[in-house]
Amino acid sequence: MSDAHAYPHEPTGVETRKLGFWVFLSTEILFFGTLITTFLIFKGRDFPGIKLTDVYDIPFTSVSSFVLLMSSLTMVLAHNALETNDQEKTRVWLLATAMLGAVFLAGQIYEFTEFYHKGFELSTNIFSSTFYVLTGFHGLHVFIGVVLLLALWGIGQRQKGLSLNEGMNLEFIALYWHFVDIVWIVLFTVVYLI
Amino acid sequence: MTKIIEPKKQRNIFSRPSSEEGVWSWITTVDHKRIGIMYGYAAFFFLLVGGLEALLLRIQLSQPDNNFLSAAEYNAMFTMHGTTMIFLAIMPISAAFFNYLLPLQIGARDVAFPRLNALSFWIFIAGGLFLYSTFLFGTAGAPEGGYLAEEVSRLASAPNGGWFGYQPNAGLKYSPGTAMDYWAIGLQILGIASLVSAFNFITTILNMRTKGMRLMRMPVFTWMTFAVSFLLAFSLPIIAIALFFVTFDRQFGTTFFLTEGGGDPVLWQHLFWLFGHPEVYILILPAFGIVSEVLPTFSRKPLFGYPAIVFAGFGIAFIGFGVWAHHMFASAISPVAQAGFGLSTMIIAVPTGVKIFNWLGTIWGGKLTLNTPMLFALGFIGMFVIGGLSGVTHSVVPADTQQTDTYYIVAHFHYVLFGGALFGIFSGLYFWFPKVWGRMYNETMGKIHFWLMIIGFNLTFGPMHWLGLQGQVRRTWVYAEETNLGFWNLIVTIGAFILAIATLVFMANWIYSRRKGEVAPFDPWDARTIEWSIPSPTPVWNFSNAPEVKSLDDFWHQKYGEDEDGRAVRREGTDDLLLQLEEEGLNPKEEIHLPSPSYFPVIMAFGLPFLGYAIIYKSIPLAMIGVIMLLIGGFGWGTEPLEEEFESSEEEPESRESKNYE
Repeated sequence: MSDAHAYPHEPTGVETRKLGFWVFLSTEILFFGTLITTFLIFKGRDFPGIKLTDVYDIPFTSVSSFVLLMSSLTMVLAHNALETNDQEKTRVWLLATAMLGAVFLAGQIYEFTEFYHKGFELSTNIFSSTFYVLTGFHGLHVFIGVVLLLALWGIGQRQKGLSLNEGMNLEFIALYWHFVDIVWIVLFTVVYLI
Repeated sequence: MTKIIEPKKQRNIFSRPSSEEGVWSWITTVDHKRIGIMYGYAAFFFLLVGGLEALLLRIQLSQPDNNFLSAAEYNAMFTMHGTTMIFLAIMPISAAFFNYLLPLQIGARDVAFPRLNALSFWIFIAGGLFLYSTFLFGTAGAPEGGYLAEEVSRLASAPNGGWFGYQPNAGLKYSPGTAMDYWAIGLQILGIASLVSAFNFITTILNMRTKGMRLMRMPVFTWMTFAVSFLLAFSLPIIAIALFFVTFDRQFGTTFFLTEGGGDPVLWQHLFWLFGHPEVYILILPAFGIVSEVLPTFSRKPLFGYPAIVFAGFGIAFIGFGVWAHHMFASAISPVAQAGFGLSTMIIAVPTGVKIFNWLGTIWGGKLTLNTPMLFALGFIGMFVIGGLSGVTHSVVPADTQQTDTYYIVAHFHYVLFGGALFGIFSGLYFWFPKVWGRMYNETMGKIHFWLMIIGFNLTFGPMHWLGLQGQVRRTWVYAEETNLGFWNLIVTIGAFILAIATLVFMANWIYSRRKGEVAPFDPWDARTIEWSIPSPTPVWNFSNAPEVKSLDDFWHQKYGEDEDGRAVRREGTDDLLLQLEEEGLNPKEEIHLPSPSYFPVIMAFGLPFLGYAIIYKSIPLAMIGVIMLLIGGFGWGTEPLEEEFESSEEEPESRESKNYE
């Protein structure tokens, strides 16, 4: 019997890496919480100049939001496929998730460019600054997620495929991805709808 | 019988580092004890640097209308003194204790994520070097026509907006040049280090406890580490975002904190102190944990009210998030907010008071041993009470608005952070010295250190109370002769130099005892917690066998029973038990697999300063270097197993799952 087994661990019953990951996600809430709070503080300010409501296009953003939400579904499908050890389906759904994320990112880039052309630039006023930093910070998270998904997909291409105990675990990326999606639901509501 | 077995070399990006001695073994180590020691030395180095800055400040203030430092140099020095002491000295010294002791106190072989642990250490080093590189590369200009405009010395080319970087003073308009960018990005990097270590410690405490180590059997130091880790995890993101805004304001022309574009300088104060006040408890709670270990050991009594101390610690941590605006009573906040935060400031004194009384209850009627760690712990209680009492006076808003930005405040927070945190830390350094080095420190020199320190400390910071009440303003480089502040300022400066001498005595003791100190007995203090049940210095593998814990203060209860009156009686056979423990501790029966060293944490960590320079100098090549280092580090890390495959072994090789727990 090897020593790692003689040594008891995980009294909480949650796998150590997963526990660490949840702690990480809990601090992410604070990151976004601070940004959202700042956004809301300034949203109500009476300051002259162009506002988000002058430039945005809710139907367009709704569509890209829908795309991002659907990527959570494909992420779940990838996870389920891996649980039944269906390597091919896992890869397909992983790639689909990454692609949907990329579509969302493309939408965001398009949207930012449009806003810039309408004179709503990063340093125009406090409304534009808070908007870009908040949604940009989320976009960065989506980008990192897409990179991770593609990396995982690449690893899955190897002969033996993915395993649930793999160093770079599908489950963590799935947790991260769902988290980023949930944050977007909040952001979409806060930034565009109210 | 096998010892640690040699890992097989395996080619990843680089072949795995394998040296066990020399510089590289330290750079690539993932051993929590070595990381703890490195944290300690690095933090002590920065403590000396911060102390030197303080001495320069004190020389300047030793007499009225002095010319030793220019105004610009003075601004840079007090900013760097505060920033250094908080982020580069006290926090990492606490991290040194966490690293070294936490796994030992809960009976674990290492922290939950050893490589992540190395990463936090190296990010801390990278961040510290980045911040200090401002003296080489930074520029601190002055606003057009400002009175500072003519001064350009290197000493003044450091951040100069105060350690809390109030806006708009720290903005581009009033602090041109790059120095404040070094500050903002440097703190950002240091914050990442602390965040990563917070994840690690929370997970370690929850998941790496040994058999029988229930939460309510954990040593108080472990509990305080737990509380601090939560504080770090939930307060650092706030300052990270706020510093993010500062960097955007300075680099990309946004106006988060500048009224020109609709921003709000007071928002910076809110965000900063929403982090900054929990930060105060991040600095002090580890010291609370240390003295809660030292006092019972040298009073030969159990800690009085263990659950009360634990819950008071978490009470402090929780309420600590609700008192931030008492730093801002002189800013634009409403009377209702002032009343509310005044009240919460009074309330937070309650759990702190609970702890004080618990410590007093612990030493009450105990058989006290007044050696150096105990003296520092007792000094801690005294000094911290003074600092705590002057702290409560700040909850009275009208009084506070008078005291704001005077030396009264400086006196207050030095009593809690120096008289509190640093005294606790010194207590711990002496207390665990035999554990770490296997030798005893020199008691006489230790006592000289203590008495010099407590005299010097009170001479330095005591008079600041009345200087402040007489109206001496902090962060001002000169005062006029007519103010009659000269005498006490001179006393303060003399006190500061006594502190410097005390520190030299400490260093001499350390260097001497490390080499020539008496060899420490197995359990020199007749201590209570399980880190003393293993040999000193701690073997690489910590515990040969996972210990099983049956009660709070388990090691004590192995050694002592009770008679009818409830007095502690040493069990028969305790001496044999100790001999047996030492024998077992030095000669593990089973093979021990330790996490293998790794290059990747260092590579990733030193990628971050490049990104920092890239932002300041808007340089794509530097950014590329940073990103490439992060990618190499991340990829190598992701693809190397925590432990290398092991070559021959009489037993079965590791199963796959147990190996990849990082």
